[in-house]
Amino acid sequence: MWKKLFAWLDERLALNELYKATLDRPEPKGNWWNTLGSASLFLFLLQGVTGIFLSVYYTPSPDHAYDSIQYIMNGVAFGWLIRGIHHWGATLMVLVVFIHMLRVFITASYKYPRELTWLIGVGLLLCTLGMGFTGYLLPWDQKAYWATTVATSIAGSVPFIGTLIMKALRGGTDLSALTLSRFFAAHIWMLPAVLAGLIGVHVFLIIKHGESEFPGKDD
Amino acid sequence: MAGSHYISRRDFIKLITGAVGAVIGAVIGLPAIDFLIDPALKSVGKDAWVPLGKLETFEIGKPTLATFTRSTVNGWEKTVNSYGVFVLRTSETDTLILSNKCTHLGCHVNWNVDKQEYICPCHDAQFSLNGEVLGGPPPRPMDRYTGDQIQIVDGTLLIHFLGG
Repeated sequence: MWKKLFAWLDERLALNELYKATLDRPEPKGNWWNTLGSASLFLFLLQGVTGIFLSVYYTPSPDHAYDSIQYIMNGVAFGWLIRGIHHWGATLMVLVVFIHMLRVFITASYKYPRELTWLIGVGLLLCTLGMGFTGYLLPWDQKAYWATTVATSIAGSVPFIGTLIMKALRGGTDLSALTLSRFFAAHIWMLPAVLAGLIGVHVFLIIKHGESEFPGKDD
Repeated sequence: MAGSHYISRRDFIKLITGAVGAVIGAVIGLPAIDFLIDPALKSVGKDAWVPLGKLETFEIGKPTLATFTRSTVNGWEKTVNSYGVFVLRTSETDTLILSNKCTHLGCHVNWNVDKQEYICPCHDAQFSLNGEVLGGPPPRPMDRYTGDQIQIVDGTLLIHFLGG
């Protein structure tokens, strides 16, 4: 009965082929450093899920941002857990993505035919940092406020167009309600959309080219 | 290998991966469900004894609107709602207290002196002086405060307000 059902679905959805292509790929000799990409993907999904849950209670306005997070932490069942996972998961994701990049660099896995996988990976790293940057402001406490003041000022030090960049980031000359809502939009819509798209291409290219062999002594 | 307890390395890894995944899923998933439905599980005590004013200030035989406000904290925000009841002193000691909330869809009814009826502005519901339905769509008479829902302390009339 189950076999028949599976066969019916498999014939239409190519489940077996999908499984073989994604999870049953031939691998070079197993190495834990090769799992960092999957770890990054897992953390992205975890951040996505916990972020969606947080958005149920979080309010991106200067009047309510701080209070709504206090409510998440003290008023909602397991709010501390969901926010805690999102908070520490963010730090961990930056770390894991960065070590993943180092591993690819050290094992020279960015070479032909994987140059574009590397370039897209650079985009993914930048997006991940962008997520950290925009998410840091959302609690709207003193630390968030001044960290964003400083970081946007640094962006403002770019020659010629610095002021424009700073104003575009802040949505005006100063940090305000506009800054908070645009950082929120970037954090939950724009950057995740770009991340998801780039991850799709990144993973496709890995499946297409397979994983690189670790360089041997002669390389 | 049917019947033996042999399990291949590959199957063992699969099993462990599945089991660990299920545990992680449950540890995050179950609290997440509680997180989502939390406001529905909270019981907020909204009832209170609300003073409507000195009993002697209400005229005998004439329905008088007494209003009060109640504040509730929803999440991180405080909402203040105003409520009203019609107080009718039927004698020196007896009072008839009716909620001004129409039993049809919750609009606030008004006392019409000419017709001697409570009339709801939304769908033209009509209630008698005693709150009985005279016409229109309401399914039941106006809500009353009776018996132990009314107190008179030091000449002040209080009602036991249950919220909503």
